[in-house]
Amino acid sequence: MSLLWLRFALACYFIGLVYAFVALNRTSDLFARIALHAASLGMVFHFVSLVELFLSGQVVWASVHNGESLLAFFSMIFFMVVYAIYHTTSPGVVVFPIVFFLTFVAAVDQQPVLLTTFVQRRGWLIAHIILIFTGYAALVLSFGASLLYLVQERRLKSKKPTSLISFLPALEVIDQIGYRSLLLGFPFMTLGLLTGSVVAVATYGRVDFLDPKILLSLLMWAVYMLMVFTRWNSGWRGRRAAILASFAFVAALAAWAANYFSTIHRFAAL
Amino acid sequence: MRFQLIGVNHKSAPLEVRERLAIPESRLPDTCRELTAYPGIEEGMVISTCNRVEVVTHTANGHADLRGFLHDHFHLTPEELDAHLYEFREKDAVRHIFRVASSLDSMVVGEAQILGQVKEAYATARAVGAVRGQLDQLFSRAFAVAKRVRTETAVGSSSVSIASVAVELAKKIFGTLQGKNVFIVGAGKMSELAARHLMAHGCASIFVANRTYERAIGLAQKFNGQAIKFEDLYSTCDRADIVITSTGAPHAIFRKEHGEQFLARRKNRPMFFIDIAVPRDVSPDMGKLDGIFTYDIDDLQQAVAGHIADRRKEAEHAEAIIASEVEKFEARISTLDVVPTIVSLQDHLETIRQAEIDRVRGRMGQLTPEQEIAIEALTRGIINKVMHTPITTLKSAAKESEATTVVDVVRRLFNLQVKGKDAQRESKKEEVGTRQ
Repeated sequence: MSLLWLRFALACYFIGLVYAFVALNRTSDLFARIALHAASLGMVFHFVSLVELFLSGQVVWASVHNGESLLAFFSMIFFMVVYAIYHTTSPGVVVFPIVFFLTFVAAVDQQPVLLTTFVQRRGWLIAHIILIFTGYAALVLSFGASLLYLVQERRLKSKKPTSLISFLPALEVIDQIGYRSLLLGFPFMTLGLLTGSVVAVATYGRVDFLDPKILLSLLMWAVYMLMVFTRWNSGWRGRRAAILASFAFVAALAAWAANYFSTIHRFAAL
Repeated sequence: MRFQLIGVNHKSAPLEVRERLAIPESRLPDTCRELTAYPGIEEGMVISTCNRVEVVTHTANGHADLRGFLHDHFHLTPEELDAHLYEFREKDAVRHIFRVASSLDSMVVGEAQILGQVKEAYATARAVGAVRGQLDQLFSRAFAVAKRVRTETAVGSSSVSIASVAVELAKKIFGTLQGKNVFIVGAGKMSELAARHLMAHGCASIFVANRTYERAIGLAQKFNGQAIKFEDLYSTCDRADIVITSTGAPHAIFRKEHGEQFLARRKNRPMFFIDIAVPRDVSPDMGKLDGIFTYDIDDLQQAVAGHIADRRKEAEHAEAIIASEVEKFEARISTLDVVPTIVSLQDHLETIRQAEIDRVRGRMGQLTPEQEIAIEALTRGIINKVMHTPITTLKSAAKESEATTVVDVVRRLFNLQVKGKDAQRESKKEEVGTRQ
């Protein structure tokens, strides 16, 4: 049943995906509104799907696909918060495709549950999942904003009159969206990793730093911290910030993909 | 409809002439009073902004000597003034006022400021009683038309001049201009205009640097800003988010290395250079730096040109709205013109009827209620039948150019006096009398 709701949500997000591609080429207020409503509806279905999942038992939480679904949902929440503050749907250009992709993967079929072994400190595990995904979602948005920043910067520098008319918000607004989500995401990510270690130590008695999952997570965290630091210290933005953000994003993807071959994080899946 | 308008604007007269005609706000009420006291003028108001000085009047016969008024008031000879003046009457005056209020006659077409200025001028004139019936009608309509133009066309939204394109670009970079600082390098008219626009959009403070320090002080005072010595330019420039530069320097004064310094000190917060100097003040390699945006005069003009196509379409649309509004207003005001005549015609005949009935009553003695009713119906019927054609003729004539002739004929035939107007004229004479 949860999967069915998720597929409804997917259909709604598809409209958002189409919007993302259209918005790159031309501005349409009507379509932006449609996409926004579709996305909101999608979030409702998505929420129902997650609630059902939750009610069906907490263990299922920790499957990769459910995690992807959760991440997609968090990203949408971030998108909506940005919309509420800045009245712009432009981050959707990046967020919608990512959300669609995540939901799509999560909705195609039900993957075998990963964390079937008993895990020490279940409360910490849930905290870990929520914190990490909030951090991921913030990173997704920050990455999206840094790409939009580049686009807008290029438009302004090209000096073509038509480039003045664009669906993108002002450069500083994009910058603020990116920086604020970065700042917001960082503590979540940090706490997420810490709670994760607590669970690992409780379950295994140690943290294996050579495990690809942990290694990549740490790398991602390091890049994340570097981004916050360079921004705070010397105001890096534009190209340099975008490169860092892309790097962090790739590291995050790698860390996510590591779920499929990490021995620790899948907790032996037994 | 006997509107008459005379004035100068940025197109008809150079700044030197407009400066001599400009009337400070404090003097406006007196000028209005003086205007209405001038022979042949019933109502009048004066619009005085930096781009225009206009005298709008409603006159007794449509031929008041407004040029004479200007010569007297400003102590100018016809040779000095007349070549710069434009004059409009009746429908053309109405159209002109509608265009001015809708910001179609402005230097920056679509700028919203002018409407506020006209409203102020109207309020001032109204407060001293210089604007009453006719001008009141005209301006209330003009404000409505301006609103309509603004809501139905995009004239107000697309910016047109270089200064407002600069503002638009700044907004694309900074979002809001609230709290942003502006640096003017080289005090010139263009940079002043651009600065004025930026300040009007919320920029917080202004710095001015000029080779001649005194000029910098002068300009800085205008904006409540801060004058900077030219030697301190590089050490202070990073405090500004927007730099408007227009010096006569033969070489670029802002080069890449300066840009790098600024960015380092600003922690890479973006900077926007508006370079309106020829030759350019900002070297082209500046623009290659991340976070520095430079627009020179050609870039700005290109951006303006991009807008002009859009604007022309919108302006055409706005002109069409104004044309139809002028027609509507004319029809309405002319009907208003004949209404007093119709009313007094009715009054006149009613008086005759009553007098005749009284006379008959005297001769016939006590009448029965039935007889009273019959006489009432009979006389009223006759009057209505007789009046029908003249009234419809008057009403239809109102829309034609012959309206005044027909009204005059009717008035003369029946020896009518229009109450409202004569009362107004009387009261004005008294007013003038007491002032003298």
